Amino acid sequence: MAELNAYITEQRIEGADDGPLAGKTVAVKDNISTEGVETTCGSKMLDGYVPPYDATVVERLKEAGATINGKANMDEFGMGTTTETSHFGATLNPADTNRVPGGSSGGSAAAVAAGEADLALGSDTGGSVRAPAAFCGVVGIKPTYGLVSRYGLVAYANSLEQIGPIAPTVEEAAGLLDVIAGSDDRDATTVEEGDDSNYAAAADGDVEGMTIGIPTELVEGADERVVETFRDAIDDLEAQGAETVEVSMPSVEKAVAAYYVIAMSEASSNLARFDGTRYGLNAVEAGDYDDLSEAGNWNEAFATAREEGFGEEVKRRILLGTFALSAGYHDKYYAKAQDAREWIKQDFDESLQEADVLASPTMPVPPFELGEGLEDPRTMYLADANTVPVNLADLPAISVPAGESDGLPVGLQFVGPKYGEETIVRAASALE
Amino acid sequence: MSDGDEPAVTGEEVRKVADLARVDLTDEEVEQFAEQFEDVLADFETLDEVPEVESEPELVNVMRADEVEEGLSQAEALENASETEDGYFKGPRVS
Repeated sequence: MAELNAYITEQRIEGADDGPLAGKTVAVKDNISTEGVETTCGSKMLDGYVPPYDATVVERLKEAGATINGKANMDEFGMGTTTETSHFGATLNPADTNRVPGGSSGGSAAAVAAGEADLALGSDTGGSVRAPAAFCGVVGIKPTYGLVSRYGLVAYANSLEQIGPIAPTVEEAAGLLDVIAGSDDRDATTVEEGDDSNYAAAADGDVEGMTIGIPTELVEGADERVVETFRDAIDDLEAQGAETVEVSMPSVEKAVAAYYVIAMSEASSNLARFDGTRYGLNAVEAGDYDDLSEAGNWNEAFATAREEGFGEEVKRRILLGTFALSAGYHDKYYAKAQDAREWIKQDFDESLQEADVLASPTMPVPPFELGEGLEDPRTMYLADANTVPVNLADLPAISVPAGESDGLPVGLQFVGPKYGEETIVRAASALE
Repeated sequence: MSDGDEPAVTGEEVRKVADLARVDLTDEEVEQFAEQFEDVLADFETLDEVPEVESEPELVNVMRADEVEEGLSQAEALENASETEDGYFKGPRVS
């Protein structure tokens, strides 16, 4: 098989001798801080940056006995759906090396799918764990907001993102979530619901009597080959005793627009820290100056470092976010996007009154060919239509392989109520 | 998503935003972004159709007393900086 380029840094970090993950290798996405091991976020800006501390999830992996076997490739700062915006080159999809693995946690999913790691951690801001899990044919979980500590995760859009597990099976993904979930004093948004969890035990495949809601809006826009595989999987669940109901969620039509306004706005603020002074590429390196005094005043020096350090997609999102927050546009874009977020939350609440879980294709399309989406950013943004509503609503979701279409993996997404991780794990395990 | 009523984005506007965000752009990037931003902002415009929604955010007080804990040493905090002087970060001149 061709070199997948799943890792940015291949370095082993040994964990404790015993624990639930003893003997397991875990690939960690390169936006999760590892003490003493380079953490680049897939960006030239942080090429060579070595964190002086571990993220909470990394501490928990080590305590659980895992061996971290490398830092996984990703779209730059998590901004992409293909892992092609990485400064360190694209990752290839092990199912078909002419295609992208999805993103932004593409290195994590590709490493697990190819057997280069037993398990992996990704982060999911708008689908970045579920999209690559679907495209590579593995399992990925986006936990309820607050279930997993974000301490040590380099922020992209902090009101939306969660670190999540990727694994070959539902039970292993749930077991990895058990290790990383739980409250943390260093992240005030964490909750206690994940303390002492046993999500792995819920992977019993028992969907007898479970009601599965299917939001029509998340199915009708999808590629027909994807829909066919999705429908076959739903038939399988019905044969196992699950009931299905159609539900309508008109708000999700606005989810992509709302997501990008909020994510880009938060990104413009979060990425303001990268000015080359405390860490990262500075103006002397970026502008080829002999001395910092030649780089101009701080505005000029920062702008030089940021032009050279950030790739095109990151600049695009920082600028659009700055625009959406600027005087005269804040109410028109940002405030409206927050209204849409609330509307989407209420739609999910209502749908989850009618059903135990909601099901849809994870991605509305099969894996893109390499280079296919880079030309037109807007097409790429629309591919996130089924995953972003979940982040806006702070809910848990899982992507599980539903089968193949033309030899390419198709993922099915289950969405559960807040802290309903056990329900989505149970539903997903019935498809294995 | 929109039907022809797209906001025109000028190169000058892109430069102004880039200036606010402290990101230098090449002329090529300015031209390309102006074109792409028109499409993306047209999508953002559709948020106009979102209805007013009543909401009661679940807010929880997470205040607690400060506790002194060990943090990074000065050397650790400085180790990733390109330029330092006498234990400080060295930045560009102010004006």
